[in-house]
Amino acid sequence: MKPIHLAAGVLAATVATTAQAETPVLTVYTYDSFVSDWGPGPVIEKAFEEVCDCDLQFVGTGDGAALLARVKLEGARSDADVVLGLDTNLTAAATATGLFAPHSVDVAYDVPMEWTDPNFVPFDWGYFAFVYNDGISPPKNFRELADSDLKIVIQDPRSSTPGLGLLMWVKAAYGDEAPAIWADLADKIVTVTKGWSESYGLFLEGEADMALSYTTSPAYHLIAEEDATKHAAPFSEGHYLQVEVAGKLANSDQPELADKFLEFMVTDAFQSAIPTTNWMYPAVTPKDGLPEGFETLITPETALLVPSDDAPALRDEALQEWLQALSK
Amino acid sequence: MAASPVQISRLGGIGAATLVVALIAAALGAVAWRAEGGYSLGPADWAAVRFTLWQAFLSALISVALAVPVARALARRRFVGRGVLIALLGAPFILPVIVAVLGILAVFGRGGWVNQLLGHWGFEPLSIYGLGGVLLAHVFFNLPLATRLILQGWQGIPAERFRLAAQLGLTPRIVFRVLEWPVLLRVVPGALALIFVICLASFAVALTLGGGPRATTIELAIYQAFLFDFDLGRAAMLSLMQLGMAGAAAVLALWLVPQVSLTGGMGRMVRRWDAPTGVLRWVDAALIALAAAFLLVPLLSVVLSGLPGITALPANVFRAAWSSIWVSCVSVCVLLALALPMAGWIGTSRRGGVEAAGLLGFAASPLMIGTGWFILIYPYVAPSSLALPVTALVNALMALPFALRILVPGVRDVVAAQGRLSAALGLRGWRLWLWVILPGVRPQVGFAAGLAAALSMGDLGVIALFADQDHATLPLQMYRLMGAYQMQAAAGAALLLILLAFGAFWICDAWGRRGAVSE
Repeated sequence: MKPIHLAAGVLAATVATTAQAETPVLTVYTYDSFVSDWGPGPVIEKAFEEVCDCDLQFVGTGDGAALLARVKLEGARSDADVVLGLDTNLTAAATATGLFAPHSVDVAYDVPMEWTDPNFVPFDWGYFAFVYNDGISPPKNFRELADSDLKIVIQDPRSSTPGLGLLMWVKAAYGDEAPAIWADLADKIVTVTKGWSESYGLFLEGEADMALSYTTSPAYHLIAEEDATKHAAPFSEGHYLQVEVAGKLANSDQPELADKFLEFMVTDAFQSAIPTTNWMYPAVTPKDGLPEGFETLITPETALLVPSDDAPALRDEALQEWLQALSK
Repeated sequence: MAASPVQISRLGGIGAATLVVALIAAALGAVAWRAEGGYSLGPADWAAVRFTLWQAFLSALISVALAVPVARALARRRFVGRGVLIALLGAPFILPVIVAVLGILAVFGRGGWVNQLLGHWGFEPLSIYGLGGVLLAHVFFNLPLATRLILQGWQGIPAERFRLAAQLGLTPRIVFRVLEWPVLLRVVPGALALIFVICLASFAVALTLGGGPRATTIELAIYQAFLFDFDLGRAAMLSLMQLGMAGAAAVLALWLVPQVSLTGGMGRMVRRWDAPTGVLRWVDAALIALAAAFLLVPLLSVVLSGLPGITALPANVFRAAWSSIWVSCVSVCVLLALALPMAGWIGTSRRGGVEAAGLLGFAASPLMIGTGWFILIYPYVAPSSLALPVTALVNALMALPFALRILVPGVRDVVAAQGRLSAALGLRGWRLWLWVILPGVRPQVGFAAGLAAALSMGDLGVIALFADQDHATLPLQMYRLMGAYQMQAAAGAALLLILLAFGAFWICDAWGRRGAVSE
């Protein structure tokens, strides 16, 4: 390289660094499918950068459980300013780390529960449900499912968020009877997979009649594939709710920007991206309403949710029961 | 066996082995050091240990037992497409787990082709979920590997031996006893140990085909300890147990079993005069056809389901494919830099116990290595900027046991055949490597590099822990597509992945076999 080019290169590099130093960087940790090219990440990054005069960087880390583990591993010196993608099963454990700071967001949420958590702001939610294909008569509750000759595929609660959701669903609906329900369900379960993708893949391949997923799953097939043959089965016990949240880290070096992001998160620019990228319900319904197709989805009358403070203890108890019932 | 006639410097080998052990020990140490609670294991963990041991033992035994007749048939027969078939045998092994599982289920699952046939004939459908399913999948993955290892051993028998046997009019049974059996004794323990260790680390396959939590392996328990309970002490203990079991298996197989070496031949083309004709010929043909069908039909289903998706793949999938190719090239280089000196060292020493160090690379949970190194490098650099190099390194560590298993017997044979002449000519150091050893083990280097390239291409490994938007590999991108409901595009990406992995394998393996003196 000739000296003049070298000098130009150094100059360019210096200019670039200075320019970078002037633009504050907001680092948001989230789960992997959020940052993927098909997730909400790219749209939201563009929308926020238009208004924040900053560089929004998403960092993906496996799933929701991996996200909390990552935050715990990094502790107080984490580069993250915001953590986005925990759910109410994890918020108590997250709060217990002492790493999260209170938020200042105050809006009317369209979440089917009263939201009072001082540290975490919900950004989307959904109901767990069993999804089936046209051509079977779906059971109306867990007992009917246990008596049917249908085969289901579910996820392992130890490695998957929906798997844990199902565990809490049965526990919330049946309490001390949950082990008996699991014992009855055992021979209906074709298999248990590591994550959601595997089970849903097996279901689409025809290995099972129903897969544990979300009430919103049929919306994907309807809107993106114009396929109206997939449905979620309404259960009379009610459906377990998953509320996904974000929180600001106490040690963030961009606390104001982090607050701004959380405020932005409940506006239309963020929320309108959720239904057709994350395939969940927005926490605050956008002005234009939900996309066409969402009106066909089932709307459970009862939302089940274990209060987040009780979740950790109940989770361990329910896991033991589940392991015992299915290991026989 | 007398002392080795050639002196290959041990420094390189010792250095490489130390580096491997240090990489794993550092990660384990970091995890244990960050642990806050105790280091105790619960009854569920012990159940996982028992199940893991049992299924790994059975998987290894069945894979190798089936591989012996298949390899013998392949060794004795020459037919059109034999080379392609042998290369294709590498394919199941390199498939990403989820793709292989879907392929196996398309054939053997509830709605699979086998059950459709059974239903057509009025039989009850078979369910493969359970220990049977786990074993089926593990044999699917490992039978080809065992077959290749045994075949390679037999093909190393000098052509002169078979010629002599033919002149003496020895029957196939006697040929088996005097020529093939000693080689089998040398190859089988290592193959058993290798497959045992591979199956120790199984997680998603065992869970999915095992039908539920009964099929909980140590790897799943480690996953649970890290992500569900955030109990680093337990995760470290479980990792240590996994390493201990792999180490014990390796020591049993490689240390206790004496290493035999054959004296060399002239390197002619092997012609099997002993191959029986008549009925036995058809037995061989049937064996080859059965094994090929068992391995290739699930693969065919993966290819078929990928065809509609592959034409419409989004651009970012191709970007991820480039990352994967890069990772794969780097890990092959790292692998050879580690494996060749180690193989040189092990190949000239009397006992093969050092190879155990190599096996640890596969037995170490990727989650443990990833987390451990994350803890270590986090204070200094952003982990996402090291996502691809760390992935390449971990992939190279994973491929190391295969590379050693493939290379060590080759090095032994070259040393036995050419060692005295080389010593008499005073060849040492790089000249010895360049002029004698490397040309002699070229087929093995090609096979090992091909496996490493393909494994690295298909492995999800640690990338998911480190990745950001810009550093995705092809397997990760495929999982992301599945996570976004885009199953058809994901199937297309899986097909692309197979083509790339198999292409990389083919290039390396063909390079090795073209220069092979014994074929």
